Amino acid sequence: MNKLLRFIYFRIVIRIVVMVVLGLNIRHREKLPQKGPAIIVANHNSHLDTMVLMTLLPGHLLPVTKPVAAMDYFLRNPVLAWFAINIVGILPISRKRENKEDDPLAPCYNSLKNNNVLIFFPEGSRGEPENFSSFKGGIAKLAEMHPEVPIVPVFLHGLGKALPKGEALLVPFFCDIFVGDALYGTGSRNEFMEQLELSMAALAGEGQFSSWE
Amino acid sequence: MNYLSVDNNVLVSLLGLFGLLILSSLITALLIKINPEKNYTELSQRIKSWWVMVTIFTLAMLLSRNVSLVFFGLISFLAIKEYLSIIPTRRADRRVLFWVYMAIPLQYYWVSIEWYGMFIIFIPVYMFLFLPMRMVIIGETKDFLRAVGTLHWGLMTMVFSISHVAFLLVLQPTEKFAAGGAGLVLFLIFLTQFNDVAQFVWGKMLGKHKIIPKVSPNKTWEGFLGGVFTTTLFSVMLSGVLTPLSLKLSIIAGLLISTAGFIGDVTISALKRDIGVKDSGSLLPGHGGILDRVDSLTYSAPLFFHFIYYFYY
Repeated sequence: MNKLLRFIYFRIVIRIVVMVVLGLNIRHREKLPQKGPAIIVANHNSHLDTMVLMTLLPGHLLPVTKPVAAMDYFLRNPVLAWFAINIVGILPISRKRENKEDDPLAPCYNSLKNNNVLIFFPEGSRGEPENFSSFKGGIAKLAEMHPEVPIVPVFLHGLGKALPKGEALLVPFFCDIFVGDALYGTGSRNEFMEQLELSMAALAGEGQFSSWE
Repeated sequence: MNYLSVDNNVLVSLLGLFGLLILSSLITALLIKINPEKNYTELSQRIKSWWVMVTIFTLAMLLSRNVSLVFFGLISFLAIKEYLSIIPTRRADRRVLFWVYMAIPLQYYWVSIEWYGMFIIFIPVYMFLFLPMRMVIIGETKDFLRAVGTLHWGLMTMVFSISHVAFLLVLQPTEKFAAGGAGLVLFLIFLTQFNDVAQFVWGKMLGKHKIIPKVSPNKTWEGFLGGVFTTTLFSVMLSGVLTPLSLKLSIIAGLLISTAGFIGDVTISALKRDIGVKDSGSLLPGHGGILDRVDSLTYSAPLFFHFIYYFYY
């Protein structure tokens, strides 16, 4: 039942919103992963980010695609929690450590072992719209633990204009989505982070964006 | 009356349009065969997009009057969305932008109930006064003038101007002139788009003297004049079938549509040059965005409408 609802939600409702109300300009769509396990890494400005990325992936990946999301935010009340887990299909992780041995990313390792596709926002939370916040190191750790898993960087622009943090009114804008070449863990976390940030900066540089202040 | 009783002349002209498309597809296929080493990707992409656009347009025209109106409203929506996505906007204006979008259904609603008085003043007067007021309530004064200017210019160009095509459609047929609004719409849109193609082809064949190099370096006097000539010729040929125009007025209509189309085209070119984008979007493969396709119409639609309205209604 929930599977059907999830299918209807993403393949029909969100699709219509994304295609008619927003409108996407996608570059290098063919570089998106076609099978799991894989990680999609994107900058994060809006709740729409996850929705758009979910509609871009091929349909057969929908059941195995899980946006990695903060437990404290999305599970804060039962209704939101039901929606987040069953319909959006998030993989909830804790932003705090209980003790030293505790690894908040442990659910991600398991999920990747089950050939899932993870959507990961290394900025941690939706930053100021249309601005980069620096990436946190979790993604580098994931890459180190799973050097065989492709990590696909995706640059999103415009979604933060359409629905920024703290706003409920959606205003239509065409949005740009640039997909980069897959990266793989190298063994050095710093080196990986550097590569990832360079790759995102290069993708951001492909577009030409007017000011929005 | 909810359904357009589509006139025979309109139907035959639509068929002719598809004939033209088949012809251009055949010519492209032939060109590819004769010069296999040349790259015709853009040309065939363009023609493919034309097939899609003409098919959707035909369906919209044939289904019902209200479907046609929604179709033109959708064009306004896509055009202004593209415009607002490429120009600089202010974060504080999110709620103002919402009203810019809301003006579209309202404007097309006035058309659907054939309220000419409201249709003609709603954007130039009411929206013109309302948007700055809404901005002032939000209170952001930095770049206020740029914001009111750009938003209202966008509304006038993409919504007010284009909605004139829709008002042409709801003009009633008269006794001597059975094709009615659908005929006028087909006449205007065909000539405007055909003029673009004709100017392009003449420019490619004979183009030497640049007409407006600072704005559009590829446009030439030869292309412009060739387009004006061809379009006027077609205007004279088609006016008997689709419009009530006399010979003299059909010549003037041809000159008006081709010249206005050219000006609309270079106006949007100037906008894109100012912002620094090549194509306004990627909606129509080979053409660019929707703005690149409706640019000429933003000038030809209101001018042709008021020309017809003055002489015949």
